Amino acid sequence: MNRPVTIRVQKVKKNRIRTRLFIFLFLAVVLVLVSFFADQIVPYDPYAQNLSLSRQPPSAAHFMGTDQYGRDVFSRVVVGAKASVFSTLILVCVTSVFGTLVGTLCGYFGRGIDSVVMRISDVCLAFPGLVFALAIAALLGGGMSNAVIALAVISWPKYARVARGQTLALKNSDFVAAARLAGDNSVQMIQRHILPNILGPILVTAMLDIGTMMMELAGLSFLGLGAQPPMAEWGNMMSGGRSMLQTYPWLVLSPGVAIFLTVVTFNLLGDTVRDYMDPKTTTL
Amino acid sequence: MKHYAVKRLLQLIPILFAITFLSYGMMRLAGSDVVEQKMENTSGTVSQEMIDAAREELGLDKPFVIQYVTWLGKLARGDMGVSYVSHKPVFSTFVSKLPATLLLAFVSILLTVVVSIPLGIWSAVNQNKAADYVIRTASFIGNSLPNFFVSLLLMYFFAIRLNWFPVISRGVSLQSVALPAFTLAIAMSAKYLRQVRATVLDELSKDYVLGAKARGVKFSTTMLNSVMKASLVTIITLLTLSIGSLLGGTAIVESIFMWDGVGKMAVDAINMRDYPIIQAYVMWMAIIYVLVNLITDVSYRYLDPRIRLGGTEQ
Repeated sequence: MNRPVTIRVQKVKKNRIRTRLFIFLFLAVVLVLVSFFADQIVPYDPYAQNLSLSRQPPSAAHFMGTDQYGRDVFSRVVVGAKASVFSTLILVCVTSVFGTLVGTLCGYFGRGIDSVVMRISDVCLAFPGLVFALAIAALLGGGMSNAVIALAVISWPKYARVARGQTLALKNSDFVAAARLAGDNSVQMIQRHILPNILGPILVTAMLDIGTMMMELAGLSFLGLGAQPPMAEWGNMMSGGRSMLQTYPWLVLSPGVAIFLTVVTFNLLGDTVRDYMDPKTTTL
Repeated sequence: MKHYAVKRLLQLIPILFAITFLSYGMMRLAGSDVVEQKMENTSGTVSQEMIDAAREELGLDKPFVIQYVTWLGKLARGDMGVSYVSHKPVFSTFVSKLPATLLLAFVSILLTVVVSIPLGIWSAVNQNKAADYVIRTASFIGNSLPNFFVSLLLMYFFAIRLNWFPVISRGVSLQSVALPAFTLAIAMSAKYLRQVRATVLDELSKDYVLGAKARGVKFSTTMLNSVMKASLVTIITLLTLSIGSLLGGTAIVESIFMWDGVGKMAVDAINMRDYPIIQAYVMWMAIIYVLVNLITDVSYRYLDPRIRLGGTEQ
């Protein structure tokens, strides 16, 4: 069961992980490019209504059929990637940067600021995730940016905790002491010695978070708290097609499969990044 | 041990205050037009005096902290105001819907346990064999499916196509709870399978397993008597900690399947801007969540003999 791990075995494993990393990174980049150029590559205008063509089953002309207003579902799914992928990436970038900065400062300076911020994060974590997001979305009203804010409020403490823990561990290490002896001030210390060393765990947390955040964002839109109709967004489209599930299942299946494949891609990428950073704890 | 429980209980007090304060403050920010809400229902012109009188009657002219304390006092007596929509007391509405949600949560946890623990163990024992890959792939897929999509898929195949279950729940029954519970259980099992597998693998790599093997103890005996016992505490703890995501997840699933619990109540209330109901939902969900976490933490320490008998806390 416990085969001895030779350097050769490790090397082979690392190479394999690197290949996987390139493949999934490529797929993720393709997805981002598709959402970036969505408006240019769609065959039909995703918002053009044509009631004479409403509820067409999938065909050669409309590869995913049309919805109740005769809009091409395929075009709407492609354009929907823009809303889902971009909003999620912005959300994860902003929360991870903010959370990391806050966590690093707390860990580095400690004392007052640390206990205040950590109590705030305790309160944010005291609410079950989506329940708090629901409340904030209800408070702010519907809209994609409000849904992003709601999810940002519940997800920053995660990064703050990781960054704080890592900073605390680094603070007592010899090289930080050496840098201090060499006369580095706090800003230089954080910028040159702390941040570069905690980036790994933060990156892994962020990559693994993309899929979850994408699903929660679509969930909020599904409930009518995110993107509003007629905007093409996957959660929103599924909510619109829900009442016609029995007769026109493609209205729900197409955006559903799109979100599934996107989340799979980002989750695979996240897992691979984690394995790449720490090949010892490979689980999948 | 006792010391730890008391310490945790004391830590709970500021958290509870923060939860109630935040729930109150948030809904005050949103529902600052309580008076206008009230006035909308009264016919005739509304003068500034009437608004002022109504504000005074509701205590809205007093400082925020005083209002909060008054509200807390009412809360202690189970008075959370009345719903803007149904005009029924909020607290009794919430309490009447809670059992349905608890039942749904209980059934989904039960399903999760039944699915993820045996499969997780099986996956760990057969590490890197075909069964392991199949189980891990299934868990990965389950992890990447949003629960509203799972709901609709299950609804399409099992309720519409096969007609095995009702599309919309007909009251609280075994048939109605099946699909929403499966939806929640799929997401949870996918997550817990991985953790069960990791925990068991970790335990299997310990020296005593090798020692038992060397002494000729049957693998199944080691597995049942030692490995399972050691892993179960961790597994159960992880499962209880997932109650948070479960509580949030019920909102979407309940409203899709028209399951008449607090989640659906909250979603309906959000759509109708019924702030007192939303407030009750957010606050009680947070309190339930914090309490469950506390009980888990304390009982985890009690169940684990390494900690209970004076070892070091990890």
